[in-house]
Amino acid sequence: MERKPMTLAEKLYLPAIFKGMGITFSHLFKKKPTVSYPEEKRPFSDVFRGLHILNRDEEGRERCTACGLCAVACPAEAITMEAAERQPGEEHLFREEKYAAKYEINMLRCIFCGLCEEACPKDAIYLTKTFAPANYGRKGFIYKKDDLLIPNPLTDPEGYEKAKGTIGTGIK
Amino acid sequence: MAEEKKLLKVTIDNITVEVEPGTTILMAARKIGGDIVPPTMCYYSKLQNTGGYCRTCLVRVAAGSTADPRPMPKLVASCRTAVMDGMIVENITNPAVLEARKGVVEFLLLNHPLDCPVCDQAGECDLQDLSYEHGAEATRYEFKRRTFERIDIGPYIQLHMTRCILCYRCVHTANQVAGNREHGVLDRGDHAQIATYIQKSLESPMIGNVIDVCPVGALTDRTFRFKNRVWFTKPVDAHRDCPHCKGKVRLWMRGDDVLRVTARKDQFGEVEEWICNECRFEKKQVSDWVIEGPTRLDRHSVINAGHYEKIEKPQEFLTEVMHGHAARILLDIHAVSDVNMVDLNVINGPATNATFNGNPKAVGTNVTDVKEGKGRNVAGTDSTNPNTP
Repeated sequence: MERKPMTLAEKLYLPAIFKGMGITFSHLFKKKPTVSYPEEKRPFSDVFRGLHILNRDEEGRERCTACGLCAVACPAEAITMEAAERQPGEEHLFREEKYAAKYEINMLRCIFCGLCEEACPKDAIYLTKTFAPANYGRKGFIYKKDDLLIPNPLTDPEGYEKAKGTIGTGIK
Repeated sequence: MAEEKKLLKVTIDNITVEVEPGTTILMAARKIGGDIVPPTMCYYSKLQNTGGYCRTCLVRVAAGSTADPRPMPKLVASCRTAVMDGMIVENITNPAVLEARKGVVEFLLLNHPLDCPVCDQAGECDLQDLSYEHGAEATRYEFKRRTFERIDIGPYIQLHMTRCILCYRCVHTANQVAGNREHGVLDRGDHAQIATYIQKSLESPMIGNVIDVCPVGALTDRTFRFKNRVWFTKPVDAHRDCPHCKGKVRLWMRGDDVLRVTARKDQFGEVEEWICNECRFEKKQVSDWVIEGPTRLDRHSVINAGHYEKIEKPQEFLTEVMHGHAARILLDIHAVSDVNMVDLNVINGPATNATFNGNPKAVGTNVTDVKEGKGRNVAGTDSTNPNTP
């Protein structure tokens, strides 16, 4: 470090003050980086990993077959499920012979690593570009099938398309 | 004078072992153990006359014997070929053997549906392990796979003929262990199928063993159907005083629920002691069993994902360290969660929607339940596709 005594210009003090104020003043004319959330939202990256969604196929049938690979891949052990057998007459509801009757993700445990998405062999679970919403209680963070399922494309095509839009496309 | 048996020297993948005359190459390799043991899909050392169908255990014999050191012209099935003195065998050291095995796996998977996410055998399936280790990444098969409707053969056993690789193990088990064979392989060639021929059900008291010998998910336990994945259950060795069998079993538990009972399997995936249907299907309470301890499994098995090593439950210590005050729980997960509300071990079939919504005793029924007299053996109908007849 230099330990030389200050020059006269430096000792005068005021030039440095005006230089600094000049920088501050110039920022008045620059573009504001502030995003006024929630009116305005910052675009998410394509690889953003947010809240989970349970996908359906184009006929509105649930894709999840409760194979348990997401649960075994989950490092936070946030996923639990219980499987049931598809009965005759339920073919329009579930894509496979077995389906998840119960499916829960504990969002308090989830670390949004996306390993469940990687593990899924059935294209059934995706991490969307949605934040997990805030809540006053912890009870609201146990997400069940009702909270996770994508809207049915047959009964609610608009909601389905909207939800589908939140699924990231990954690295292109 | 006692006649001394002359031991034969055989070299498998550069490892020499001495075995008794009449030993097959496969059994000699198993005596050595390790990576050089050829995989088997149809051969079962505990059953007579098995082996020779699946061709996964193919090896190359580089020298037939000391007397005649010429190599065998083609790859031979090691489960059916007896060793000779001075025989030199190549298994994993010969790329041609590995290439042939890859082809065999591709053939075995031709008609296999690869519905592992649905199948209860996934995680302990011989075909899954085999294709993972030796198989190609993709199939070149372009035609329609043959499919079948699933059938309940008897009250406890589910037959998914679509997954079958026709290893004949269950046929030999029914003949040699159960004593009363009611099923077999019908038709020939591409149409061959395991069936009971017109709606018979398998009800011999030892017939449950066909589930254990099945290398794929073709014969599965209906009382365990879809209850849990194998790798989330905790394998525990247990025994009971059984009048029909030796009663030495492996329990597959979840918490304190016995979800499934199977025979104990050795390192080659073969049953150690056959168990009876009563032990297997009807004793689903911990109180029925004397628990010996957790099962030690191959460390590569996915079943070890749960790290079940101890049988004792950890003590609840919070009240003690807080001088008698109970811990204030911010969230009691059981108050919110919907899972583990139904005792799945008490129902003897797959759970359905009704099981979880008001009727905890409800069990899935099958349109082809042969017990109900509705069964049919129709080839070419697909149980997973509602559009086919």
